[in-house]
Amino acid sequence: MTTQTVPDTASSDPASGSTGTTVSSHPSAGPGPASTSSKRPRRLSLAFLGFTPFAAYVVLFLAIPAVIAVASGFFSGTGAFTFANLRAFTDPTILSAFRGSFLVSAISALLGAIIGAVVCFALLGTRSDGFLRTTIDAASSVLAQFGGIMLAFAFIATIGFQGLVTLFLKDHFGFDLNAHGGLLYSVGGLVIPYTYFEVPLMVLTFMPAMEGLKATWGEAAATLGATRRSYWLKIAMPVLAPAFWGSVLLLFANAFSSFATAAALLSQGGIVPLTIKQQLTSETVVGVSNTAGVLALGMLVIMVVVMGAYSLLQRRAARWQR
Amino acid sequence: MSAVPLTSVSVEPTDSATAPRAPKSGRQPRFGAEPSPTARRIILIIVVGVFIVPLAAMFEFTLRVTGKSTLDFSHYVSIAHPDAATGVDYSPLFQGIANSLTITVLTVAIVLLILLPTMLLVELRYPRMRRLLEFVCILPITIPSIVLVVGFVPVYQTVAAIFGSSPWTLAFAVGIIVLPYAYRPIATNISAFDLVTLSEAARSLGGNWLTVIWRIILPNMRRGIVSAIFLTVAVVLGEYTIASFLSQNTFQTALLLISQTDPYVSTIFALAALIFAFILLVVIGRLGNRSPGAATARRERRAARSAAGSASPTPLTPLTPGETA
Repeated sequence: MTTQTVPDTASSDPASGSTGTTVSSHPSAGPGPASTSSKRPRRLSLAFLGFTPFAAYVVLFLAIPAVIAVASGFFSGTGAFTFANLRAFTDPTILSAFRGSFLVSAISALLGAIIGAVVCFALLGTRSDGFLRTTIDAASSVLAQFGGIMLAFAFIATIGFQGLVTLFLKDHFGFDLNAHGGLLYSVGGLVIPYTYFEVPLMVLTFMPAMEGLKATWGEAAATLGATRRSYWLKIAMPVLAPAFWGSVLLLFANAFSSFATAAALLSQGGIVPLTIKQQLTSETVVGVSNTAGVLALGMLVIMVVVMGAYSLLQRRAARWQR
Repeated sequence: MSAVPLTSVSVEPTDSATAPRAPKSGRQPRFGAEPSPTARRIILIIVVGVFIVPLAAMFEFTLRVTGKSTLDFSHYVSIAHPDAATGVDYSPLFQGIANSLTITVLTVAIVLLILLPTMLLVELRYPRMRRLLEFVCILPITIPSIVLVVGFVPVYQTVAAIFGSSPWTLAFAVGIIVLPYAYRPIATNISAFDLVTLSEAARSLGGNWLTVIWRIILPNMRRGIVSAIFLTVAVVLGEYTIASFLSQNTFQTALLLISQTDPYVSTIFALAALIFAFILLVVIGRLGNRSPGAATARRERRAARSAAGSASPTPLTPLTPGETA
């Protein structure tokens, strides 16, 4: 598997138990001489100063922006601390944006996970460094991560008003995809391009778990007279379940936080990132200042919960991937 | 992808040369998780076929000519020779590409000069900090860039006061988004060779730290570093959210801008960018397979394959992509 080349969220969980496992699977390598050094009386040597550039950079451009983003939601227009802004969460537009985001992300995550898992199944037994797999891996990373605006264009060219598929269906079957207004330009329509980048993401995240299915388990089951059906139902599926649901959560988080595709397709709000954009340019919720900050807080809470659950499931799944 | 059926054939665990094949009609009962070759082919052809459609549609779109039903390459020509009559100005697009390239170079510099030395420092001197460093580097995936952007807006008011508001300043923000992508391949590379032992050996032979890093460690990390750089390039070129909120003109924001006046040309550039990213990642994939002695290993593996079935490769971390801009 070209795994090392594909950027990673699978182990991206903050707790990152899973990532740790690969590294720590050779525990003798790292800590060896290091642990000796830690036995010495601990003092901050000059070398510790080497962390300064990175620490300064991360504080300035990660910690401070993140704190500002969330904290700004707690200040009124005049700069006084307040919880009043949380009222924004009762605003019907905001609520419907969260509902929209949630539905689009959940549906595209489930669809993407199912289709992606089927693709992983099809790829089982192919050589991980063969042409097929390296090509699919590369294509998956491109579509899953670098799509954004470009995928929006692709779908405008496919199912937009003059899209290839739209025209084909109209000419050959008399069926108008966009009969009820632009399908692609509605919140529900986002599911289509979102699923398009969720499937490749699923292939990348779920493939290692699929490959963790040991050939010996299949042999053992077969020796005991199990059919392939019962092998899948009683062995493979239960083993894969945590990894599968973990991937669903990751896909959800990915769809939930993505902005570019939606920004290129929808002109008004409808999902949270777009509403944040609107609120940054013009505050529209009456009596609430810094709505963008409040929305950012809401998004972050959901992301932390989802990614936390993901890392728990991933740790569970990692058990079988040794 | 015409190559699909071809490869899945060549990928069969039994090589017709080495193992006598069971006659097709009376195939052996299969067990385990692997799909049958037919099932594999059907699934892959359907899914790959569906996934090709939007890209093919994109290409077909770039060939369309307004008011005519024929297809030609006139929009490609118009990039080099813009028709003055249409009043379309492509200069923002080229400016955006130039800006994105500048940001790319600076972001790569951040990765190489700030992230990489820190990772080496952790490995060599402070292994206890590894978990913390990893946590920090992976964090930007949990914090959506749209959330970070809310905080970047005020931070960049300060940045603009110091450095001015040139597009290159975006590199600071983009560098954060890139952290997970750059961290992963380098970390995987580090865990794949015995960095500490190698450097201790070099030290005991009298090398100073600079020699050790330059002549022992970095050459061993070429693969991880190159992957990190390529991924950084791809992420930076695809970055839209931050640029759009900080009102800078980059490749992606220019694409969206141009698409309002000339959707054909913006689609041409979008497709080209996707292909470019694809090529970068194929190269990374190839690099990943070409480790020292890989050729021999591959030959051996090929020989052993018929016996071993599907030997899974080195258990690397499950790696996955994250935010979709």
